[in-house]
Amino acid sequence: MNRSEWPLWEVFIRSQHGLAHKHVGSLHAPDAEMAVKNARDVYTRRNEGVSIWVVPSAEITASSPGAKEPMFDPANSKVYRHPTFFPIPEEVKHL
Amino acid sequence: MYAQMVETGAKRLRSLEEMSPEERAFQERIDADVRIEPKEWMPEGYRKTLIRQISQHAHSEIVGMLPEGNWITRAPTLKRKAILMAKVQDEAGHGLYLYAAAETLGVSRDELIAELHAGKAKYSSIFNYPTLTWADIGAIGWLVDGAAIMNQIPLCRCSFGPYSRAMIRVCKEESFHQRQGFDIMMKLCAGTAEQKAMAQDALDRWWWPSLMMFGPPDADSVHSAQSAQWRIKILSNDELRQRFVDQTVPQADFLGLKMPDPELKWNETHGHYDFGPIDWEEFHNVIKGNGPCNRDRLRVRVEAWENGAWVREAALAHAQKRAQRAKQAA
Repeated sequence: MNRSEWPLWEVFIRSQHGLAHKHVGSLHAPDAEMAVKNARDVYTRRNEGVSIWVVPSAEITASSPGAKEPMFDPANSKVYRHPTFFPIPEEVKHL
Repeated sequence: MYAQMVETGAKRLRSLEEMSPEERAFQERIDADVRIEPKEWMPEGYRKTLIRQISQHAHSEIVGMLPEGNWITRAPTLKRKAILMAKVQDEAGHGLYLYAAAETLGVSRDELIAELHAGKAKYSSIFNYPTLTWADIGAIGWLVDGAAIMNQIPLCRCSFGPYSRAMIRVCKEESFHQRQGFDIMMKLCAGTAEQKAMAQDALDRWWWPSLMMFGPPDADSVHSAQSAQWRIKILSNDELRQRFVDQTVPQADFLGLKMPDPELKWNETHGHYDFGPIDWEEFHNVIKGNGPCNRDRLRVRVEAWENGAWVREAALAHAQKRAQRAKQAA
């Protein structure tokens, strides 16, 4: 990376009251304050959000794509975590 | 298109049997319509081709601001001026989404911009034509953005996650661009004889360059076949061009304008419009840097970059100073 290039930030937007912030993309900015201002111009030109978070991209720790199986496969065998696992007689209501 | 004639480095298409186990697993995921994400394994050719394609696309968005920016101060009303500013601002946003998508492939935005400024990276041929009258702003929105949508909608389903997501965002915004262009054309065509003549003149000048945007016929191109196998190109240049002609001719009829093509006519048998031959020599000339505005576009870009250098440096120095002070205070 060029010495004078602005660092990269990840941008999260909360679209409306009650929903969680969602990752929408990234941008370059010299500091956090400018990152929020740039995010407003780049990612909320059409009322996409009511709140913005910015996080330095370098600060994000991600799970390894190569370790997908050991990470996520164990959940596959635990089908009883889903309510549909349990058959309920039709005459029983509110369950 | 916004990315024209993208090289893939491929000499010929290889079958699954000829691929290494990693590459084969990669191709099978693409065939199963699974999105590829930046940190996952990918063939070097796929990575390089995508950097080339996405950066060309980004450069086109940024250089594309110049022909339209030319008319912001001379827009006929305050309303048109506000609309055009919003449109040009969107193009800047589209360029930024795309540079960010390219950066996930391990290249920096500054490197990509340096390649553009050195004349090493391409951008769409269409932006090397001049905007001589206000009607050109109408024609660009209607035709150029119309052609861009035609190309970008299929790319929303492309195999690379960040590119696909950027295209989805861009397509949501692009339809406003096409409509504002058609709106300008409608207004001119309902105006005085001079205004209608201005609209016709803009169509005459922009029609053929718009058809060239899709690039030369590529049915037999190994690069296009490779890009199709990787699902970073979904439809052939000629397919997209035909769709664009079929959709645009009735719109010109509605405006009461005449397409500048004596051979254009509805083909009952095929259910498509037939159209005359495209001047590919002109296209290749523009790509090589000899279009009406190539030198001017690049010069303006380089000047904007150089004149803005002190702002980028000052903002960074300010941020570093504040970070330093916060550290000392702690």
